[in-house]
Amino acid sequence: MRKFLGDALVLGAPFLVLAAMWEVVARSGVFPQKLFPSLEKVFVTMIRVAGDGILWTHVEATLIRLALGFLIAAVVGVVVGILMGRFRMVEDVFLPAVSAAYPIPGLAYAPLFVLWFGLGNLPAVLLVGVASCFIVIINTWKGVKAVKPMWLRAAAVMGARERQMFWKVIVPAALPYILIGVRLGLAQAWRILVAVEMLMSVDQGLGWMIFGARQFLETDVMLAGIAVIGLIGVLLEKQVFARLERYTLVRWGMLTA
Amino acid sequence: MKLAFSWRALWRGTAGIIFLVALWETFARSGMFSQALTPPLDKIVAVGWQLVLDGSMFRNGAHTLGRVLLGLFLASLVGIPVGMLMGRFRMAERFSLPLVSVLMPIPSLAWVPIFILWFGIGETTTILVVTYAATFPIIYNVWIGVRAVSPLWMRAALSMGATQRQLFRKVVLPGAAPYVFTGIRLAFGRAWIAVIGGEMLANPAWGLGRVIFDANEFLNSEVMIASLIGIGAIGLFFERVVFQTVENRTVARWGMVFAGRA
Repeated sequence: MRKFLGDALVLGAPFLVLAAMWEVVARSGVFPQKLFPSLEKVFVTMIRVAGDGILWTHVEATLIRLALGFLIAAVVGVVVGILMGRFRMVEDVFLPAVSAAYPIPGLAYAPLFVLWFGLGNLPAVLLVGVASCFIVIINTWKGVKAVKPMWLRAAAVMGARERQMFWKVIVPAALPYILIGVRLGLAQAWRILVAVEMLMSVDQGLGWMIFGARQFLETDVMLAGIAVIGLIGVLLEKQVFARLERYTLVRWGMLTA
Repeated sequence: MKLAFSWRALWRGTAGIIFLVALWETFARSGMFSQALTPPLDKIVAVGWQLVLDGSMFRNGAHTLGRVLLGLFLASLVGIPVGMLMGRFRMAERFSLPLVSVLMPIPSLAWVPIFILWFGIGETTTILVVTYAATFPIIYNVWIGVRAVSPLWMRAALSMGATQRQLFRKVVLPGAAPYVFTGIRLAFGRAWIAVIGGEMLANPAWGLGRVIFDANEFLNSEVMIASLIGIGAIGLFFERVVFQTVENRTVARWGMVFAGRA
């Protein structure tokens, strides 16, 4: 118990220091209270928006958009990546396009997508998908390319059919790379989703909540929104992926925990 | 794994590009979308060439790149010392790590609206957002890099009578250098995304992101696509040419990483 308290204190100390600094600045009056609210106010606002359900509709909208966009990126990325890794023809056609599109930040396409698909949900989800699929493609492709030829030959010698070869050799061998790609893809999707929501004027979503609050100078709502965004980011990183990795890679012995 | 030049690879690469361009052309001319939305290639090239000729492409590109480089510089100024302290001193690590792991997952662009309230629209906000995006990959990688310096080297240097200062300059710094480079490289990628978002949302005077955003109002899809190509070209140039050269001349030369890594 004592050790637990000590750990909590060590972990909490930096936040306490930061909070104290924030309070000093907020109450000193260097910035107007309206623009730089005290933590107490931010906290109260957070409880309020959580209590009357506004926060949850925004969180829900953002998470659904993230899930759909990420799903597009993962499916397209893994399929194209595997095809590129397996077939020379596909690689030749797609590789120049992928390497040309990869260094362009996904957000740069936003106005073009607005032009093509209008404002709202469809372009937002599509843009998140397009922006995060390239990193999945590249990692999957590398993973399939990195399968040891020895394993392929061994499987062929033992009479594996094309299908068995794919499911029993290539997929497990490429999986560490694929998962890295998928993980990076999700991180990428998350990083741009908030900005996409601001640019696409969707009707709900955390990005939109922050952006909209600016018009009414509701700094407390904005800070509460940013806190929630940070929390979701940490959860995605620590919970979703750490788990996925434990259940697949570590279990199959492709990676040690 | 040096990429061997071969005519076959060149031919195949070109064929791929030609195939995709042909696909776009058929699509653009098919009339499925209006040509104002999906302009054919000759129009894009013509408009792009005009942007290059009247100098606006360079001017906007220079502004965007300048913001990224300034942000990267500021981020290194903060990130390298913080990362080094975190890697060297347990106290600093205990204090900073929780803060870093909470702030890192917040997308930099989420701060744009609040920075606009604090600092107004324009240059300051854009550069701050870029700096925010670039700082955390640098801190994180420098921290990992300092911790990854082999304890054996440190003990060897200490037993040969190195002072703390020498230890730092001759062992820790070169030992962590490859990670520092990785951090800066990653930070460039992040900054490059942030600058485009920042330019669209915070409206500084010039910049490629701004051009794309403004072109939307006038249905200028040729300008948008030409600017996209410009953004891609600058990004690719930095990633492949600038960073690769710097890496080859420094860390690879010192034997810290294998030269010509893909």
